[in-house]
Amino acid sequence: MKTLMLGNEAVARGLYEAGVTVVSSYPGTPSTEITESVTKYDEIYSEWAPNEKVAFEVAFGAATGGARSFCAMKHVGLNVAADPLYTASYIGVNGGMVCAVADDPGMHSSQNEQDSRHHAIASKTPMLEPCDSAECLAYTKLAFELSETFDTPFLLRLSTRISHSRSLVETSPREERPLKEYKKDVMKNVMMPAMARLRHVEVEKRNEAIRVWSETSGIHTVEYNDKKIGVICAGTSYLYAREALGEGASYFKLGMVNPLPVDSLLEFAKNVDQVYVVEELDDIIETHCKKHGIDVIGKQLLPVCGEFSQSLVREALTGKTLPHVSVDKPIPPRPPVLCAGCPHRGLFTALKKLNLYVSGDIGCYTLGAQAPLSMIDTCVCMGASISGLHGFNIASGSEQAKKSVAVIGDSTFIHSGITGLIDIVYNKGLSTVIVLDNSITGMTGHQNNPANGLTIKGDPTTAVDLEALAHAIGINRVVVVDPFDLDATRKAVEAELAAQEPSLVIARRPCALLKTVKHKPAMVVDTEKCTGCKSCLKAGCPAISVGGDGNKGRGTAVIDQNQCVGCEICSKLCAFHAIGFKE
Amino acid sequence: MSQSVKNIMIVGVGGQGTLLASKLMGKAFVEKGYDVKVSEVHGMSQRGGSVVTYVRYGEKVYSPLIDKGEADIIIAFEQLEAARWLAFLKPGGILITSTQKIDPMPVIMGNAVYPQELLSEIKEKDVEVIAVDALSLAVEAGSPRATNIVLLGVAAHFLGFDREVWEEVIRSTVPPKTITINEKAFALGFAAKE
Repeated sequence: MKTLMLGNEAVARGLYEAGVTVVSSYPGTPSTEITESVTKYDEIYSEWAPNEKVAFEVAFGAATGGARSFCAMKHVGLNVAADPLYTASYIGVNGGMVCAVADDPGMHSSQNEQDSRHHAIASKTPMLEPCDSAECLAYTKLAFELSETFDTPFLLRLSTRISHSRSLVETSPREERPLKEYKKDVMKNVMMPAMARLRHVEVEKRNEAIRVWSETSGIHTVEYNDKKIGVICAGTSYLYAREALGEGASYFKLGMVNPLPVDSLLEFAKNVDQVYVVEELDDIIETHCKKHGIDVIGKQLLPVCGEFSQSLVREALTGKTLPHVSVDKPIPPRPPVLCAGCPHRGLFTALKKLNLYVSGDIGCYTLGAQAPLSMIDTCVCMGASISGLHGFNIASGSEQAKKSVAVIGDSTFIHSGITGLIDIVYNKGLSTVIVLDNSITGMTGHQNNPANGLTIKGDPTTAVDLEALAHAIGINRVVVVDPFDLDATRKAVEAELAAQEPSLVIARRPCALLKTVKHKPAMVVDTEKCTGCKSCLKAGCPAISVGGDGNKGRGTAVIDQNQCVGCEICSKLCAFHAIGFKE
Repeated sequence: MSQSVKNIMIVGVGGQGTLLASKLMGKAFVEKGYDVKVSEVHGMSQRGGSVVTYVRYGEKVYSPLIDKGEADIIIAFEQLEAARWLAFLKPGGILITSTQKIDPMPVIMGNAVYPQELLSEIKEKDVEVIAVDALSLAVEAGSPRATNIVLLGVAAHFLGFDREVWEEVIRSTVPPKTITINEKAFALGFAAKE
């Protein structure tokens, strides 16, 4: 019986069937559910690592020790893990190792639109790219076989539409893999210049051998239909092209996107009249084809930016569009917002009047950049809030340090904020850093992390003591505040800004969506007292709006009783005491 | 173009429970032997943003997406979202929408206007509109969270199976504690169309 699985669940199933025993990952949309799904399989050890570099190194260490191992990350996570990746490629494996990397064309949940195939090419690591859940399972298993055959870690490239689409999968039983014997081999495993020079030569030979294997292996599939148009594509792009053009075109679907084949592409090009390359993001296949003398049309017709679809491909290649209806009235956008009862809203509301430069980071709290909170000045990458603030303050002088803070979540702080904080202390900076400790990795959908005292499976473990950690690296001023206490939070931050040394403020309150959080009842508006002044709206809560006919037609505050969880922030902004709990 | 493939979109506001509806549909279509693809939104967009799920079934489904002019049915959990995604409906297609309105942040802040009379404008277009007060029916069934099952009850008239098929899929998927509420929600939704 076939079952419907997310691409990510199918990768996890592939890990199970392939006999994998060690998985270490850091969450990142759209890759997160792979590792979450792995926790269902008791045969596999799984963990959340503090960041992707650690996760990669744990998996690579396990492979060196003889196990089949795996790590997963989003595209920008591979930047963090790039350091071990590039040298692991030289060393190769003992047990097979696969690293899944999920790109996000269209940037549904990401800060950039990078194409992870560049990392595969630059690190000289072979990369497979599945197009649906069945291939996610099959390619995961194949990647382990190839990893061991060719002595290299393998990359598995996913994307949002592969990871988060459900399609049919046929499962097989698990094949146990006994731990391979570890044999000390300094020339292979210790990468000092003398050894690495020799290994680089082996890497080049290896990748040519993989290329030769791929030409006839069946990893690439060719479908000849009408031969006037030939389309070279992979992954999602194959689905869009096949949907758009049907049997009106022939297809060369690449299953391995690094190294790319040569002979079989030349053969395909000979058999069709005009070759198109349909690939999301960068022109990697196109450039490869042109280098080998294949005359292809690619990015002159199709965009580099954004996500593809069947309509986009259809219109670009055939000029055809589908008829549709639409509404004439302008439709206001609906951007994501901080949830009702979110502790981050408390912090941002408390700091609003201080007119600070706020160095931001990656997480739910980045939503504080949007109106009406409008509290974030910068957002770059994991951890950059702290180091970026230090640089900003060094450049602008010590007075600036009294008007600026960094905001960073607990998980992001552990991921790569700690080193930035050490930099501030070590180099005598004065900056004030605020950790928004909501006891969970929130934006990716609630994963435990080293600061919340729970493992990936929810078992109790040692939690990082953020206060003790700050003291240990030399921060004398550490204060803990409840972000729902707006006055106390503001005063604490003001005091730390005035101090002539660096400070760590921990704004501690668990995420409102955690099941363990007890909420108060929904609040109500006293329409007699409400003047419709809209002060309560400044917190940007989705549960409160101003409407109705009250207040001489000007409307009064209205609280959505289904959404409100009684955090009381709006009531603290009301000068007329019009918002309270039901008597 | 794969003419035999049916396309259903489920649109709403993050947190409204659109994912359960698509999960139930996916399960039912698989059990009836179709090839199925369901494409979901995870991550940042879930935080109160506009969310869309694509459900496609037929003999062979390639793309996980549904594009402008391709949907046979759109199930909208909110009026503004019905209007936002209307262009994805085929001319002559079916729009099932809850009459619920949820102001997006730009409207709450007074920087944009929630368009009035949206449904009457949509009804003038070349589409079939079925509007139901799904939230009230869900509350009647026992929980506002059952809105998704009310809308599935309405949609069941257009999805080709007997209502028993859907009732069985609901019973076998939702948490045991909520079966009674969901069964009632389905029945109320089903009756709302008749």
